[in-house]
Amino acid sequence: MARIIVVTSGKGGVGKTTTSAAIAMGLAKKGHKTAVIDFDVGLRNLDLVLGCERRVVYDFVNVINNEANLNQALIKDKRCNQLYILPASQTRDKDALTKEGVGKVLEELSKTFKYIVCDSPAGIERGANLAMYFADDAFVVTNPEVSSVRDSDRMLGILSSKSKRAELDEEPIKEYLLLSRYDPKRVKLGAMLSVEDVQDILSLHLLGVIPESQSVLSASNAGEPIILDENSDAGQAYADIVDRYLGEDKPHRFIDEEKKGLFGRLFRS
Amino acid sequence: MSTDSQPISASSPAFEFKSGVITIPVLNLFSTDINVITHQLREKIKQAPEFFTNSSLLLDLSPLQDQELNLALLVDAIRNSGMRPIGVRGGTASQHQDAKDLMLPIMTSQNSISSKQAAPVKVEIPTQESSEPVASTTIASTVINQPIRSGQRIYVKGDLIIIAQVSAGAEVIAEGNIHIYGSLRGRALAGVQGDENAQIFCSDLQAELVSVAGNYRISEDLNESNRNTPVQIFLNNQALIIKNI
Repeated sequence: MARIIVVTSGKGGVGKTTTSAAIAMGLAKKGHKTAVIDFDVGLRNLDLVLGCERRVVYDFVNVINNEANLNQALIKDKRCNQLYILPASQTRDKDALTKEGVGKVLEELSKTFKYIVCDSPAGIERGANLAMYFADDAFVVTNPEVSSVRDSDRMLGILSSKSKRAELDEEPIKEYLLLSRYDPKRVKLGAMLSVEDVQDILSLHLLGVIPESQSVLSASNAGEPIILDENSDAGQAYADIVDRYLGEDKPHRFIDEEKKGLFGRLFRS
Repeated sequence: MSTDSQPISASSPAFEFKSGVITIPVLNLFSTDINVITHQLREKIKQAPEFFTNSSLLLDLSPLQDQELNLALLVDAIRNSGMRPIGVRGGTASQHQDAKDLMLPIMTSQNSISSKQAAPVKVEIPTQESSEPVASTTIASTVINQPIRSGQRIYVKGDLIIIAQVSAGAEVIAEGNIHIYGSLRGRALAGVQGDENAQIFCSDLQAELVSVAGNYRISEDLNESNRNTPVQIFLNNQALIIKNI
């Protein structure tokens, strides 16, 4: 049986798709057969971030409507043969998704895949609800600012009350916090919520902190998941997150500002 | 001497435009007889002079259904009664012209009421009935172990005990007492069926709103000394008391 991971946040623009692409690639690179599904029907982005937009023939909605089978729609990644992408439809909207259809696709994927990563759209409407409904684990992506934290909190409430596991009264979805676009310098200046602040508000297990990084934008534009950029701190942060998710005990990084030589250290409070 | 006569540098803004919402009384007019209106208005003002005197007032002409009205006389009469008309909504084009002549702005009448109410002015003077405390001893209390997240709403008949935080944007409501062993950042409403003996206890008060039997206080009105501390919240003679514990 596959493990279904939903990458969600409530708020838009916090890095769900970047995270989905990175996590899926990370799991696949560890040798686990992984599928990543774009639930953002109508605002298809995941294929761009993964650099396979030119190879899309059929999409998620085609499979749900039985216009294509899964093997026709799944795109095999060229960099890692364990990673498959199921793109969203750009010409439809979220109403094209049905609970039965999504359930059927996930069930079929579960037969051959180890991990299924669901890239949730923003909002708390149909697309986001269906992305999280069947999940086993939830990666809640949050930026260190109040509105993002508030929306994540709302999403956590929905995860614990409206998912399949909640409805069937099974063991609840495992929730993990991913704090993205973190800038220790601004935290120190008091211009950004700290890890502790966010954890205090959300009381959630922290899976990792992804630092604000220029390389994320250039990687997205180039269609390369950031996790493949081993030199970037954001890429390393995602690699750590995958390791931690798979059970490795890795210390948290990128929470404190980098030390600035002797003088910096002397004058640090 | 003016206190704000400090020179303001040319670069710093002297003002800013902001949109704001305030509630003002609306006078729905059912009669065009100025003597009748003035008489009834003065009777009303007598009932609660501190509420009405110098209060701004919006005149809603739409219930008149285009009947003729001497707006200038009416405004004069209202001003003499002590209230301050600040605008007009509804009414005919000629009434609007009169309003303009009187320098009264014309408001869009999206919410103008056309229902036929007996009283020309409707004032809600709080009349709290001291209802019998609801016996909550027979109703079992509810214990919740997980955080109440933003957007979630919990309603229980008896007491509510939460051994976790209540997030901002969440609402916990009980007919009895509420105990929160964690941060209260959302809203907590105890005794919602009128039990004035209901209380709220929480170990860290950061609430958006707390209420006991309908007597509430919002975050802005919380005493700073109560914030971020363990507190007990209860009613004493209709007054909401927040006490550090």
